[in-house]
Amino acid sequence: MYDRRAFLGAGVAGAVFAALGPRLAFAKAETDKRFVFIIQRGAADGLGIVAPVGDPAFAGARGDLALDFASAPKLDALFALHPAMARVQALYGAKQALFAHAVASPYRDRSHFDGQNVLESGGTGAYQLKDGWMNRLLGVLPPTEAKAIAVSATVPLALRGARDVSSYAPSNLPQASDDLLQRVSMLYAGDSQLHALWSEAMGTRALTGDLAAGGGANAAATGALAARLMAPANGARIAMIETGGWDTHTGQRGRLSTQLKGLDAMIGALQSGLGPLWADTMVLVATEFGRTVAVNGTGGTDHGTASSAMLLGGAVRGGRVLADWPGLAPTALFEGRDLRPTLQLDAFIGGAVAGHFGVEPAKAMAALFPSSKGTAVVAGLV
Amino acid sequence: MIKAAIALNRFGLGARGDQPPPPDPVNWLIQQLTAFDPRPDSIANAPTSATVAAGLADYFRQQRAMRMELARRAPTPAAAPMAAMTVPLQPPGTPGIAAAKPEKPARDDAMKQARQFAQRTNRADYAGAVAARATNALVTDTPFVERLVYFWANHFAVSADKLTVIGLAGTLEFEAIRPHVLGTFRDMLLAVEQHPAMLLYLDQAVSVGPGSPLGQRIAARGNRKVGLNENLAREILELHTLGVRTGYTQADVTEFARAMTGWTVAGIGQGPGARAAGTDGMPGDFVFAAALHEPGDRTIMGKLYPAGGVEQARAVLQDVSIAPATATHVMTKLARHFAGDTPPPALVARLQKAFLESGGDLPTVYRALIASPEVWVERPLKFKTPWEWTISSMRALNLKTADGQAMVGLLNQLGQPTWKPGQPIGYDDIAASWAGPDAVLRRVEAAERFASRAATIDARALAPKVLPGSVSPATQTALANCESPAQALALLLVAPEFLRR
Repeated sequence: MYDRRAFLGAGVAGAVFAALGPRLAFAKAETDKRFVFIIQRGAADGLGIVAPVGDPAFAGARGDLALDFASAPKLDALFALHPAMARVQALYGAKQALFAHAVASPYRDRSHFDGQNVLESGGTGAYQLKDGWMNRLLGVLPPTEAKAIAVSATVPLALRGARDVSSYAPSNLPQASDDLLQRVSMLYAGDSQLHALWSEAMGTRALTGDLAAGGGANAAATGALAARLMAPANGARIAMIETGGWDTHTGQRGRLSTQLKGLDAMIGALQSGLGPLWADTMVLVATEFGRTVAVNGTGGTDHGTASSAMLLGGAVRGGRVLADWPGLAPTALFEGRDLRPTLQLDAFIGGAVAGHFGVEPAKAMAALFPSSKGTAVVAGLV
Repeated sequence: MIKAAIALNRFGLGARGDQPPPPDPVNWLIQQLTAFDPRPDSIANAPTSATVAAGLADYFRQQRAMRMELARRAPTPAAAPMAAMTVPLQPPGTPGIAAAKPEKPARDDAMKQARQFAQRTNRADYAGAVAARATNALVTDTPFVERLVYFWANHFAVSADKLTVIGLAGTLEFEAIRPHVLGTFRDMLLAVEQHPAMLLYLDQAVSVGPGSPLGQRIAARGNRKVGLNENLAREILELHTLGVRTGYTQADVTEFARAMTGWTVAGIGQGPGARAAGTDGMPGDFVFAAALHEPGDRTIMGKLYPAGGVEQARAVLQDVSIAPATATHVMTKLARHFAGDTPPPALVARLQKAFLESGGDLPTVYRALIASPEVWVERPLKFKTPWEWTISSMRALNLKTADGQAMVGLLNQLGQPTWKPGQPIGYDDIAASWAGPDAVLRRVEAAERFASRAATIDARALAPKVLPGSVSPATQTALANCESPAQALALLLVAPEFLRR
């Protein structure tokens, strides 16, 4: 039920073991690895996504929000997945989905914007670091793999930093003529900021061809678009997708269900779009913090602390829920209201990324989460 | 950039192609502080919160009637399955207005049609407000003050995501920001927090004091689904006034949320408090519903606020509106808007002092801003946002009217849908948020479309008018070498000096 073995393995023994493991041999080699980070902006309710239905305090604390889980299939003796996530449930059955629970970044306040800053920058406090952990990840990968794209018009903080990153989202504007594009290239040659942006834009434009006409406003189309950008041999190896709408202060039951349907469709579209590459793919889904255990006065939940995170893909050693479960009894809660964090999101992401790309865990932690670099990663995720 | 170009572009909304540059740039800015019209024609003709709210009230009434009629006709309705429609999970800034709330089961076509009609009506009101804002931006003689209006509207952001906010979003700017842009920060804050768009957007209208008369009645019936919603109280402290991490605690947020209970909207609220709110006033009016208010004294950040109905939260707002932390937070943002993404500390300190010494008098602050050398630096300090770039392009091309739907579509494509930042923190005001590879490509695409409709304008002659003394030799050469007037115009609109201010 609780994967405590992986936890204990994350100590000194785990780090040494991983360092000596066979993956080290591939650390500098080219691989077909793909990595996608889907950020849930707005504080997604981990308790409403991977619900601890076996916790005796769950049904009482959650009231109407617990009703959706009456018929939900169980993940193990303690947890059940929200029934809107049928494709992810199937991935779990195929041991390609892993959930982490009671997980939190080092941030302990309740501001979305500071929380997202910590989640994306990889610092221990807001505005401590100017660049993002995904950009720093590019620095520890072989050059052939260090290609990243934001599936949005601009580059989110997690991908910002010293290394060039592309961005792309479908546009409904008519495409500009090639002659104008060439003149713009010449005009920007003397402007370092615009020159770098423009080179990225032109590179991505060549890759997507006629895709721009496709629209892509909804979740499945965004997932399919990300897959299209990542599938070619010269495409991006690392991508980030932003999702919003998780700040469910009111009417959470219906809203969260709709959100999760969208997320499930997005993941399904990524899987089918990547085809055989799915076997070498890891998708991380994470949010800035969780929501209150109790339902508020308006059928929703307010800003909280720990939440849940997901790893999906053929590269994941899934079919498990990783949780050192703190319990939902009133005395067990963080500050008397929130799910208590028992797993560090940094160590979880560090372990996932290090394992996936065959980077030495200590090196990955130092690059991605420099303030937590002494912390051992969660081992055995891949 | 020379001073005239700075006044026109960094302070204003871009030069109009048919107007000469101001001979005295500093005086041109100062005189706008008295010449500004809070209610010019285009804004006066735009939808008001009263008309939008009246439409919403009709819709809710109709829905209630239909629901009762349905219940009467079908006494044992089978539990309908969730409608199969998927509302897309949208990344922030994607086109289209998503229904933030999921659809109820489509039990009856009439109800569905009514909802679709309400959505269409509210989207039309939204587009009408965008058209009013844009048209005014194109013809205004006080572009500096208009820029300040946009600044404050983004500081007090609502997002046109849910049905009740779509049509009201623009009215917050017209009714709560414009009348106070040359007043005090306190008056603007009070107007914003009493505006229906804000009360609905941040859920204040559904917050009920657990110890209020209504809260107690519902609790006595065993219904647990009523109580506090701390959303607006938190964002007032974090985003509107003091700023994050300035010393207030979770307990202060909760206490403030209790003080705010009762602040609601007549006629268009939902949930158990709606009836308590709807007894007074026209739909959309701010009302204080004593039946929802948590009784008792409150202690917020160490200060006692005695029980006093609507005045209790008003006293808190009054105090935070002139707090030093508020001055730091808000003046840092204002400095960032004019002096660059990392504003010089000396400028921030000067604005803070002006703010605190004047009790938050905004014209005093603006005069201190204009008098600061840091905002007259010659190199460009800011990358234009999509709105700024679009308006400055259209002004350069002498356009005098804007079509609502076209503007909505264009701003969606450029990544900054108007009044729809998706988050209560509003849009970012730093280059990293707007200078993306794809974002620049889209401006090039839009510039070509703009230029194709204004091909009689000679870009070589226009460039020195809109960027007086500030066109680089590289841009001059590139414009001269273009194959057509339209191509040269498009190139001017995406030239490095036109993308920045």
